[in-house]
Amino acid sequence: MAHHHTENDFHKAGDIPKPQTKAIWKTFGILVGLTAVEFLFAFTMDAGTARNAIFIILTLFKAFYIVAEFMHLKHEAKSLIWSIIIPLALVIWLMVALLAEGSYYYESITNYFN
Amino acid sequence: MSTSTTLEAPNTGTWDGGNEPMKASYGKLMMWFFLLSDAFTFGAFLIVYGLARHSHLPYTGEPEAFTFSTEWWPIPEKVFNAFPGFHGVDLPLAFVALMTMILILSSVTMVLAVEAGHRMDKNDVQKWLLWTILFGATFLGCQAWEWSHFISGTEEGMLLADGTRIFGANLTVNQYGPPLFADLFFFITGFHGTHVFTGWILLLIIFINTVNGVYQKRGHYEMVEKVGLYWHFVDLVWVFVFTFFYLI
Repeated sequence: MAHHHTENDFHKAGDIPKPQTKAIWKTFGILVGLTAVEFLFAFTMDAGTARNAIFIILTLFKAFYIVAEFMHLKHEAKSLIWSIIIPLALVIWLMVALLAEGSYYYESITNYFN
Repeated sequence: MSTSTTLEAPNTGTWDGGNEPMKASYGKLMMWFFLLSDAFTFGAFLIVYGLARHSHLPYTGEPEAFTFSTEWWPIPEKVFNAFPGFHGVDLPLAFVALMTMILILSSVTMVLAVEAGHRMDKNDVQKWLLWTILFGATFLGCQAWEWSHFISGTEEGMLLADGTRIFGANLTVNQYGPPLFADLFFFITGFHGTHVFTGWILLLIIFINTVNGVYQKRGHYEMVEKVGLYWHFVDLVWVFVFTFFYLI
């Protein structure tokens, strides 16, 4: 069996298909570009809600390219895509709830000492 | 592409393993759902960071006049502005930018290894795995430097009301701001670093297996794909840590 495989390897060495890496390097370019844009905003724009919104949107774009292309999720079955994405809606709920909770805590502490 | 990965002795009946739900193998599905659960853990960490930040006073003065104080939450780019070899030079976020680039690059070399695996190209898989291992180790080294700098602190430290100064940070004392800021830095980047380290060990294992021809004999490189999924996830988490801890 082992002998068969080594022989097979020699045969296969000749007909290994050429790498198809165009899409990979394109995705890499997009990720580097988006990160560069984030830095551009970090140094040219004043901190605030607008800048934070830009950061979050760019981050979601980056996340999309990593998950869809690098992790190949875009090319999986529809049911797999949705069973990964839908549960993440719970994270959004947790985020809304806890940020509101934090602001409320801050308000009550400040008002208490005033 | 998942069709190129077959088991050595495939079972064909619907109820004896011949049926692949969602057209993905058992191992890949389990990796996906593990990563989903891990996403909840990291999501919870980052949301707690938001909770702590919202329950502290924000810094409202001019960014140029910013000083470290336990009264308000620090501006990240005033905390993370050091670079190895440039002592005392203010380089906001430069080092973390380098770390981000290294991790994105390692993600690219990983996906190139997976691609080579689909073509059963053993030499290319070895080459790209080795690059990924190298970038992964570099990232971990960078993080070690970042931690040691954060722990030992700056030369000025933080001036307290009684005239004494504190330098650096640990779980109870923090020269950069409220102690919670340092705690969350240690927990979030530490948990991420642990994931990188785990992935790095997995990379070493699959590299050794590839060199020994284990996957060539098996007829497919699905293990490289699964470790690749994990490695990309680590990169994905860093993208979020980078935004929510360092940028915002």
